[in-house]
Amino acid sequence: MTDLRVNGQQRAYSGDPAMPLLWYLRDELQMTGTKYGCGVGLCGACTVHINGEAVRACQVQMSEAAGKAVTTIEGLHPKHEHPVQVAWRDVGVPQCGYCQTGQIMNAAALLAKTPAPTDAQITSAMAGNLCRCGCYQRIHAAVRAAAKGA
Amino acid sequence: MNALSTHDKLVISNVSRRGLLKGIAATGGLVLAAQLPAVRGALAAYPTGAASMPNGVVSNPKIFVSIGSDGIVSIVAARAEMGNGAARTALPMIVADEMEADWDRVRVVQSPGDEKTYGNQDTDGSRSVRHFIQPMRACGAAARQMLETAAANTWKVPVGEVEAKLHEVVHKPSGRKLGYGALAADAAALAVPAEDKIKLKEASAFRYMGKGNVRISDIVDITTGKAMYGQDIVLPGMRFAVIARPPVVGGKVATLDSSAAMKVAGVEKIVTLAPTPAPAKFAPLGGVAVIAKNTWAALQGRDALKITWDDGPNKVYDSKAYRAQLEAAVKKPGKVERNEGDVDKALASATKVITAEYYAPHIAHATMEPPAATARMTGGKWEVWAPVQSPGGARDDIAAALGIKPEEMVVHTTLLGGGFGRKSKCDFAIEAALLSKDMGGAPVKVVWTREDDIQHGFYHTVTAERFEAGLDASNKVIAWRHRSAAPSFMANFVPDPKHPGDIELGMGWVDTPFNVPNMRMESGEAQSHLRVGWFRSVNNVAHAWSIQSFIAELASQLGKDPKDFLLEMIGPARIVDVAKSVTTPWWDYGEPQQVYPVDTGRLRKVTELAAEKAGWGKALPKGQGLGIAAHRSFVSYIATVVHVEIGDQGKITIPRVDTAIDCGFCVHPERVRSQMEGAAVMGLTLAKYGDITFKNGAVQQSNFNDYPLVRIDESPTQTNVYIVEHGIDVPASGVGEPGVPPFAPALCNAIFAATGKRIRQLPIGDQLAT
Repeated sequence: MTDLRVNGQQRAYSGDPAMPLLWYLRDELQMTGTKYGCGVGLCGACTVHINGEAVRACQVQMSEAAGKAVTTIEGLHPKHEHPVQVAWRDVGVPQCGYCQTGQIMNAAALLAKTPAPTDAQITSAMAGNLCRCGCYQRIHAAVRAAAKGA
Repeated sequence: MNALSTHDKLVISNVSRRGLLKGIAATGGLVLAAQLPAVRGALAAYPTGAASMPNGVVSNPKIFVSIGSDGIVSIVAARAEMGNGAARTALPMIVADEMEADWDRVRVVQSPGDEKTYGNQDTDGSRSVRHFIQPMRACGAAARQMLETAAANTWKVPVGEVEAKLHEVVHKPSGRKLGYGALAADAAALAVPAEDKIKLKEASAFRYMGKGNVRISDIVDITTGKAMYGQDIVLPGMRFAVIARPPVVGGKVATLDSSAAMKVAGVEKIVTLAPTPAPAKFAPLGGVAVIAKNTWAALQGRDALKITWDDGPNKVYDSKAYRAQLEAAVKKPGKVERNEGDVDKALASATKVITAEYYAPHIAHATMEPPAATARMTGGKWEVWAPVQSPGGARDDIAAALGIKPEEMVVHTTLLGGGFGRKSKCDFAIEAALLSKDMGGAPVKVVWTREDDIQHGFYHTVTAERFEAGLDASNKVIAWRHRSAAPSFMANFVPDPKHPGDIELGMGWVDTPFNVPNMRMESGEAQSHLRVGWFRSVNNVAHAWSIQSFIAELASQLGKDPKDFLLEMIGPARIVDVAKSVTTPWWDYGEPQQVYPVDTGRLRKVTELAAEKAGWGKALPKGQGLGIAAHRSFVSYIATVVHVEIGDQGKITIPRVDTAIDCGFCVHPERVRSQMEGAAVMGLTLAKYGDITFKNGAVQQSNFNDYPLVRIDESPTQTNVYIVEHGIDVPASGVGEPGVPPFAPALCNAIFAATGKRIRQLPIGDQLAT
């Protein structure tokens, strides 16, 4: 049995301890805001927070999530108005949108630790998140805007 | 075409019933929507290729618009939204603008796949705004006039005394007002105005069109995780499936041992799927499916399968050997596709002949959302949820695979997590339907992993391009021979084509708009051993890259400025009559020539604009350079200047990109800018990394480790976009695709300017490292 907290709610899981957190969130909890993109930790589409750190949910086995507090995009902000979410809307970042929840979770973790990042820090922190539509210029601008608003 | 006036009997229905997916349902109340036969035709000031698309266009507001008693206006999006903002933002916005609806009170409702009702839904070819701006304007204007008539009837005043304005109708003399919600029922009972009675807005009255002041419809859902893509569908009792597909196209299972797979906890069933003989259109590849209680169990089960494959004849496909074949094909005369003047004679008499060859490999779409689809059958009725670019076409194809009529199934279009042409092909949705059928109609979601996506796609074609330019004594180009050899995507549809089809020929090749008296384009033979599929911008990518690179090579050899020489080659402003010299009928994006001619004046203008804004000619430090390229595609004109800096080990840094676009009347400038910004990144990825290779018939790459995409730390720092402004009288043209082709050549030309190194094969890879 694995006990963990997801968006503040206590959960118990009794399946394969090797199952990645990604599939637990998506298939078991039906929290599909955390996206599957590559399964090998190279795209960042499945970024969630564990104890406040941005991690790739595809790289975390359920056994490793035991006792941890997981935050997904669904739980990032009670009114879905985290400064990063607001900035994403104001800047008009998304095209297809599929990678954006991962981008937002990654950016939120960056700003929690580094409220006033330099341009180079933004670029470096966001380099693990792929966007095939190529919204990078706006992602950078939105992180910058969120930092100002934070 | 007078179809808008032909409906006298209405059946009121609630559009919200169509919105089966959570979150997209319209509000209730009385609505304008009605079960009606489709209306063909629209108030059109100019003809477009829409007329020759299957099922044409529909402009009937009783199909597209409903108004709740609460005043919420629901507008149907019938095409697929894959990220450019056309289907679920721009087109509904056009309707809203014409009907004077307040965008804040508009809901967008996704239609199912049904072209008889909604008109063509094939979201491809950068056609959505180009083909639907006119019918959607007519639709909105008709709805506005019906609301005005309903108000005038209520007040018993002449309709000329009332005016619709921002979600209400005003009686001008008295100042009385009625909101759209209050008028909905009466308006719904009226006939749609006859086409010749529809009054479009003056452009000066546009609220949204041309302004760029409307956010994309799904931006809140996207940023909260509520947006539903194909991968995200969850149905009660749903099973999850992954498929081990044959590594070689056309291969089939020779032996299968599924005993270990069946022992994996959660695995419920193993199903063998047969391949479809070529030409297979979009039929699945076949293979062995593992159906399980969750994705993880299905993946574990698939890993435990023991399969040997009978690869079949495509096992011979080897990228290295095939490249040699293509390069041999372009060294000898090919099938003449366009011929102007006498190129042989002109080359023979030339003072100098300059020759160059280029090679560009297969690439994979790698949409951030790998393909996925869910199917179920309840009470004899099939439903499929899928991120398909062509929901109407997908319905036909899935129904055929199930052996049912299209009317017996509903295809729900989810959001597409990227499309780029991959999701024009509905093989993954057919897989879901076949597996659900095997499970007695139980809901089954087929999940493609990234490895599945990279290894079992429909790949952008591979191509060899050879150029010969003949110069006269004054260094003017008097002869231009361009040979191209590339396997055709037509192999999906017809047996064994040896040459490209008219669509491929027309993608920035036979329409090369240069001012050269003797020109010939010849296609070499090329057989397909894979599933070639169209990738964003299609053959324009390699054509533009090679042509625009060769132009810069010629400029260099002649000691001329590349921008000046490009303009010299384009020649004076004129309309190029391509049709007179082609040997296969000229496709030109399916558009009528009188509306969308090849206008070199517009190509010149974007070239000059991009150059001017980029500061063309400015002095740059050593190791930096500017490159330019210009290309007409999807009947739009784009020029791009790339500023590159080459560092240690050939590291490419791009501080700035300047792109100028002429896409006729620009409906949503903000989204056009975002498309151009994204096109620069996609262009950089394909130039720098894009390389799918085959060995023994199988793809050698598998995930982002060996098929990398450009990341934020290597993408252009700043992409500036300049939109040539036009009034509503200049027909809107393509936006989703045409930004891509000029990027790679502009980059390669910039690299040459910076280093003197000419890139003649893509990807650039480590060519700059030495």
